[in-house]
Amino acid sequence: MGSYVIRRVGAMILMLVAQSIAVFLLFAVLPSNPAALTCGKTCTPQVIKANEVRLGYDKPLYVQYGLFVKGIFVGREYGSGTAAFECPAPCLGYSFNRSENVTDLIKSRLPVTAVEAVGACILWLTGGTLVGILAALKRGRWPDRLSMGTALIGYSFPTFFIGLVIQYLVIFKLRIMAYPSYTPFADDPVAWAKAFILPCITLAVVYAAFYARLTRNQMLDTLGEDYIRTARAKGLSERSVIGRHALRAGLTPIMTAAGLDLAGLLGGVVITEQVFGLPGLGNLALNSVLAADLPVITAVVLVAGAFIILANLVVDLLYAVIDPRVRVG
Amino acid sequence: MSAFLEIEDLKVSFTTEDGVVQAVDGVSLLVAQGRTLAIVGESGSGKSVTSAAIMGLHNRRRTTVTGSIRLDGEEIVTASDARLRELRGKRMAMIFQDPLSSLHPFYSVGKQLVEAARVHQNLSRSDARALAVEMLNKVGIPHAERRADEYPHQLSGGMRQRVMIAMALMNDPELIIADEPTTALDVTVQAQIVDLLATLQDELGTAIVLITHDLGVVANTADDVAVMYAGRVVERGSVRDIFYRPQMPYTWGLLSSLPRMDNDRSTRMVPIPGQPPSLINLPPGCVFRPRCEYHQFVPDGRCDTERPALGDVAEGHAIRCHLAQADRARFAAERLSLPTKEGA
Repeated sequence: MGSYVIRRVGAMILMLVAQSIAVFLLFAVLPSNPAALTCGKTCTPQVIKANEVRLGYDKPLYVQYGLFVKGIFVGREYGSGTAAFECPAPCLGYSFNRSENVTDLIKSRLPVTAVEAVGACILWLTGGTLVGILAALKRGRWPDRLSMGTALIGYSFPTFFIGLVIQYLVIFKLRIMAYPSYTPFADDPVAWAKAFILPCITLAVVYAAFYARLTRNQMLDTLGEDYIRTARAKGLSERSVIGRHALRAGLTPIMTAAGLDLAGLLGGVVITEQVFGLPGLGNLALNSVLAADLPVITAVVLVAGAFIILANLVVDLLYAVIDPRVRVG
Repeated sequence: MSAFLEIEDLKVSFTTEDGVVQAVDGVSLLVAQGRTLAIVGESGSGKSVTSAAIMGLHNRRRTTVTGSIRLDGEEIVTASDARLRELRGKRMAMIFQDPLSSLHPFYSVGKQLVEAARVHQNLSRSDARALAVEMLNKVGIPHAERRADEYPHQLSGGMRQRVMIAMALMNDPELIIADEPTTALDVTVQAQIVDLLATLQDELGTAIVLITHDLGVVANTADDVAVMYAGRVVERGSVRDIFYRPQMPYTWGLLSSLPRMDNDRSTRMVPIPGQPPSLINLPPGCVFRPRCEYHQFVPDGRCDTERPALGDVAEGHAIRCHLAQADRARFAAERLSLPTKEGA
């Protein structure tokens, strides 16, 4: 087990390095000139040149990458002389559009996305797996057909459509709540929580549909396994057969999917945040793309990728805890 | 000798998209305490379905079972789910074909044995664990104490099957159903497992139903044999009846498709031509008729029109065949070059 963990962590570090190089190169070869974006209409070639020097874009790519990595671990300094300013570690860059440290930007947006994603994940995992298990146990009968039919419909609509329908029904038609506006937790915890209800439900509906189908199929596969027949042959009650033998094996792949989906959402829930006006990472990413704010986009992509890599590690390690076959080799 | 397991006119059918499959049709069998009945047949002959019906492991929603299965006099076909659960694992236990897929991959073998015991016996965890180690010892697993903490994938195929046998023995059952217990194993390991079952039976007096298509295993372990074909018992008798005095063309076919040590090389193994019939809408007549080379010796085309009943040819030896007794003796001698004396 120990060597397994070490190997997995080593692989993860390599992945992170590879990912950062790939992202860095990708944005370096883009035709957009970030230095030009810092001055807008007042740009003259001299100003652009000066900005390039200030931002370090005049240096060779590998030096830029080195500075970027250095910034993450020990912080870096932009510009020189009187115009110089400090970007403390972990420095993911500096946005001249917003005149803000990218790290601070991400730090302020990430919690919003995290609450939204984790809340949705809890909802869809409970709902999706319960429905899936029920459908598998009632295979071919009406609970199965009804839930799987509904899931297929839910699964077929795009997120923004489901978000808008929920918004329309809850806010405008049934008037259960007013259109929520995001309020920081410190100002008003209740208003803060309210802002998350509909986004979480929207995401949960989209994912629960997929998870219900996934769980059902996993459970049906597992229920057809020989060891389930063995469990029945022992004289175990159906409750033990399902609870102790089938669920453990059947839900393990669900955990994998959930880990990766959650990580994907942590990198930014672009559409749902837009529909419900939540100031999360997805919202930041979208606005930065529209403004061609390269340092922010680079950082958001890096962070999102890092979440996926990290989730892969966590899922692999959890798998080893659950499935003894993974531990060997 | 009273029979511990009595099966009478068992019929099992299930509905599929193509129609109703009559997987077992009118099977009657007896197994006495301490005896081994081997059920032999090709894939799809109904032998595994029969064993599933005895254990009540068939899908009750899609399967129709009629007739009678009595375990020590108690009817199983009409028993409630709850009663069946009490019997399963306690009075009758089952060993399956593929021990790797039949053991849960996520639990140690010790845990799986402990679970088997604690379903039926009021044992503390540590007592059940001690019993599990004892059983692992008994089935010949070295370092049982340590092995109990290992997972199925860490054991060899033979060890896994020993674990399955130990699991079956946890509650000291009176009947063990072994469904092709050696098919997934290496040949050398097969012999060990067969020996182990025989030794345990001598010691514990368990009745065994051995489902197999391996006639070698049958010759070594069985007391009685039932040959199944297309959901029916086509020949039934003592192991000597089947190997030395087989009376039914299908049994001849099975026997002559076996390699034999006592034949010279000019005698070739002969496969049975053709395929078993589909069990949906079987045509009238003898089910083996399409593959039988002797049907022309039966007058009036009875093989095409009349299903032969299971009739006694000797004490405890019954067959389903329209051939006349003299013809059967002649063809059997031709086909099998049978030894003239028993035990040769």
